[in-house]
Amino acid sequence: MNDLPRKCIALVGLLVAFGACDHLSLAAQAPNASFAGVIERTRPKIVKIYGAGGYRGLESYQSGFLISPEGHVLTVWSYVLDSDVITVTLDDGRKFEAKLLAADPRLELAVLKVEAQGLPAFDLGQSVEASEGMRVLAFSNLFGVATGDEPVSVQHGSVAACTKLEARRGTYETPYKGPVFVLDAMTNNPGAAGGALTDRDGRLLGMLGKELRNSLTNIWLNYAIPTREMATTVEEIRAGRFVAQRAAPDAPKPAHPLTLDLLGIVVVPEVLDRTPPFIDEVRIGSPAAEAGLKPDDLIVFVGERLVPTSKALRDELERIDRIDRVKLTVTRGQDLIEVTLTASDAEN
Amino acid sequence: MKYFVSICAWALLASVAFAGGGVEVDDVVARAERQRIEVMDRACRTAVAIFARGGQGGGSGVVISSDGYALSNFHVTSEAGAAMKCGMADGRLYDAVIVGFDPVGDVALIKLLGRDDFLHAELADSETVQAGDWVFAVGNPFLLATDFHPTVTYGIVSGVHRYQFPSGTLLEYTDCIQTDASINPGNSGGPLFNAQGQLIGINGRGSFEKRGRVNVGVGYAISINQIKNFMGHLKSGRILDHATLGARVAADDEGRVVVSDILEDADAYQRGLRYGDEIVAFGGRPIRTANAFKNVLGIFPKGWQVPLAYRHEGKLVEAYVRLSGVHSEQQLIDLVAREQESEIPEPKDGKQPGEPKPNEAPRKANPHAKPDAPMPEIVKEHYEARRGYANYWFNRQNVARVWAKSTAAGDYRTLGGAWTLEGRLLADNDSSIRLDDAHVVCRLPGGDLKLDVGDDLSSAVEPAGSGGMLAALHLWRRLLFKGPEQFGELHYVGTVPLPGRSGLVDLLSGTVAAVQCQFFFDPATGDLLKVEMYPHAGEDPCELVFGEFREQEGRRLPMRLEVHYDNRIYAAFDWSKIEFAPAGGRKP
Repeated sequence: MNDLPRKCIALVGLLVAFGACDHLSLAAQAPNASFAGVIERTRPKIVKIYGAGGYRGLESYQSGFLISPEGHVLTVWSYVLDSDVITVTLDDGRKFEAKLLAADPRLELAVLKVEAQGLPAFDLGQSVEASEGMRVLAFSNLFGVATGDEPVSVQHGSVAACTKLEARRGTYETPYKGPVFVLDAMTNNPGAAGGALTDRDGRLLGMLGKELRNSLTNIWLNYAIPTREMATTVEEIRAGRFVAQRAAPDAPKPAHPLTLDLLGIVVVPEVLDRTPPFIDEVRIGSPAAEAGLKPDDLIVFVGERLVPTSKALRDELERIDRIDRVKLTVTRGQDLIEVTLTASDAEN
Repeated sequence: MKYFVSICAWALLASVAFAGGGVEVDDVVARAERQRIEVMDRACRTAVAIFARGGQGGGSGVVISSDGYALSNFHVTSEAGAAMKCGMADGRLYDAVIVGFDPVGDVALIKLLGRDDFLHAELADSETVQAGDWVFAVGNPFLLATDFHPTVTYGIVSGVHRYQFPSGTLLEYTDCIQTDASINPGNSGGPLFNAQGQLIGINGRGSFEKRGRVNVGVGYAISINQIKNFMGHLKSGRILDHATLGARVAADDEGRVVVSDILEDADAYQRGLRYGDEIVAFGGRPIRTANAFKNVLGIFPKGWQVPLAYRHEGKLVEAYVRLSGVHSEQQLIDLVAREQESEIPEPKDGKQPGEPKPNEAPRKANPHAKPDAPMPEIVKEHYEARRGYANYWFNRQNVARVWAKSTAAGDYRTLGGAWTLEGRLLADNDSSIRLDDAHVVCRLPGGDLKLDVGDDLSSAVEPAGSGGMLAALHLWRRLLFKGPEQFGELHYVGTVPLPGRSGLVDLLSGTVAAVQCQFFFDPATGDLLKVEMYPHAGEDPCELVFGEFREQEGRRLPMRLEVHYDNRIYAAFDWSKIEFAPAGGRKP
């Protein structure tokens, strides 16, 4: 009987041990419960996007998700959106011609707008943070499996790492170098880019990135860009503060605008309506040469404005006075390069 | 000392707290884990690793009955031919024989031999499967399991009712279940289970593009409900065909699915379907996309009668349409032969050309391969080669089974004399029918009609408007009296639905006296429910529909007969008296 109190102490100790472990409990919901309910609620916020592409290895579709009941769609910026007509198909099968509000090539995101009201949407302000080990759901129209009102695909997995893509620079080639959630599921398939990553309750964590392959090891990386990285830009785009893709047509043009000639840039001949502004030649000693631009660079932005074609590039330059500094963004291989230059004053 | 004991107690306590890792886990989780382990353990014991005879490749399968029927993919068993070896988790290797296959749907039924107490999987209702449900796949990916113990991969359902185009082969995946559970080469033909361990599908395919033929998180399983529709047909030992409506559909600008082309000899055309009509529902499902239409077509075998609702000139029409085959018999045989010969090249640099390919096990040259290994005795006992069949032995078994059930419900084999049926026509007029070997005489209000039975019934379509009621009645008597052996060429088709009746019925079909005829049997009672006679291909059959079965002298006799032809009821008889004269006997 002497050791009874000790036994009691031991028992109490055990109970304390149990109590202390309580916060580790995984039983927030029944472990084998289906995600069907969450998925049913979340899928209506995902859209299918169709645009340019359709050639070998270049799918003409990608994914996106609604971020406002008025039809704002967040997706990745890609060649698919470089099209006269961007079609957005909602979960209920309704088709819309979408307007590209703006794109940010550094974040590789774009915001589209369809003319509709009362749509189910994610609230970027309400999104939650992901942490390593968190179990997640990925919604996308990978491989274009779903058409019309067919629901998009959903996959499950865990956040394997919260890290920066630039840590892999030189191995994975991507313009986006910022923070990402690395996933242990095969989410980043053809057509999946722009899909939504959520937690198990359907709360938005981020946007599925593009396909990304390590050219040395042939390993594909599955990742999502966190909502917090995109929220400000998206907010600016929605508020109209982010410089729109095309300037207002009535904006006054300077009397002496900038020209490619003044910069010392020759772009490839315009054989098609939509010839992309690849640099064909950089004249020796010109501002472009001094800024380090090279033949085969593709000019994608003038300032913050997207210039998908040579014509758009010329139009954009017409809005800039030749005495002003201009920022050009070009892609060289897989890298985005920004240069700032001023026109040669030879003619002034 | 006390101090020492106390330390010991704490040390013990600490060790209990740490060592018992399970102790820390919430009981709900621990219970769920135990349950999952049990479910997966049982499921694993129903899975089969299939090896082609002589070691030429393989895949997976799953046992679905205690007598050893097992499902797999056509593209797995086509490697093996008629005989294969099947390893199970108990470490034993069983001989198995091909039963039947559906090359278009990529399904094969095999039978494991040597036991009648196999542990088998329970078939789920795959209509209840939803995106987000936990599922697990069991199989033999990369042919890892040399001890036959299968590999389990788990995931969720990513989507249901998926349609996947044929990918350069004849394999079309319709209405399938998409999952992110890893499906790799060698998983082909293996089971996909729900969280309760019920079979919801057969894994067979993935979306692969530039990443080589390994899992990319997108696998497809053929739904078990589709396979249930084909099950009776698979057991028939035949090479099965898929169905067509004889019409093409397309989505119009308003999102309606409309007929863009229709064949005039299609059954749907005879039910009034025309170019431009809107398909509203098909096979009991609303149709809102062209894929949804193709999904429905994919889940039914050739020959099934399926409800169709369409809008013609603003009016909703509902009808049952007979689905015709996609291929002719010769085309089907050629396609299967091609599939069996085709070699898929080894992946180069881990890459494969664009199209998704079925998940075949890696095929490596096996130095021990013996493609000409002799067929084991036990397989020989269960195999019979015949043109158009995967295994004719099973067809004969089923004809015998159906006939045994039918004779139990009523044995007519001694009744070679005249059969007389007397009663009322359309509850109105007295009528009678008299049948013997050479004649059919029918008393109708307009007078007597007589058919002298010859060798060719294809022009015997009287009475006008019946489609050949007298000839069909002759065939009815002929089968019941002579039995399938003496009747003529007769084979077992499988199981089919009958309009207005739940469940499936057994179907025997054959050609005799230059007409094609079909006999529908109730699998529970053995009653012959319906006779269809097709004097000419592509035309409506004359249908004799029997009902009101009543026991009389040890036979269940149909006291009602309806004659259907050309979308209407030609006649309905209610018999008050049915009499038989024995062979050689003559009734005045």
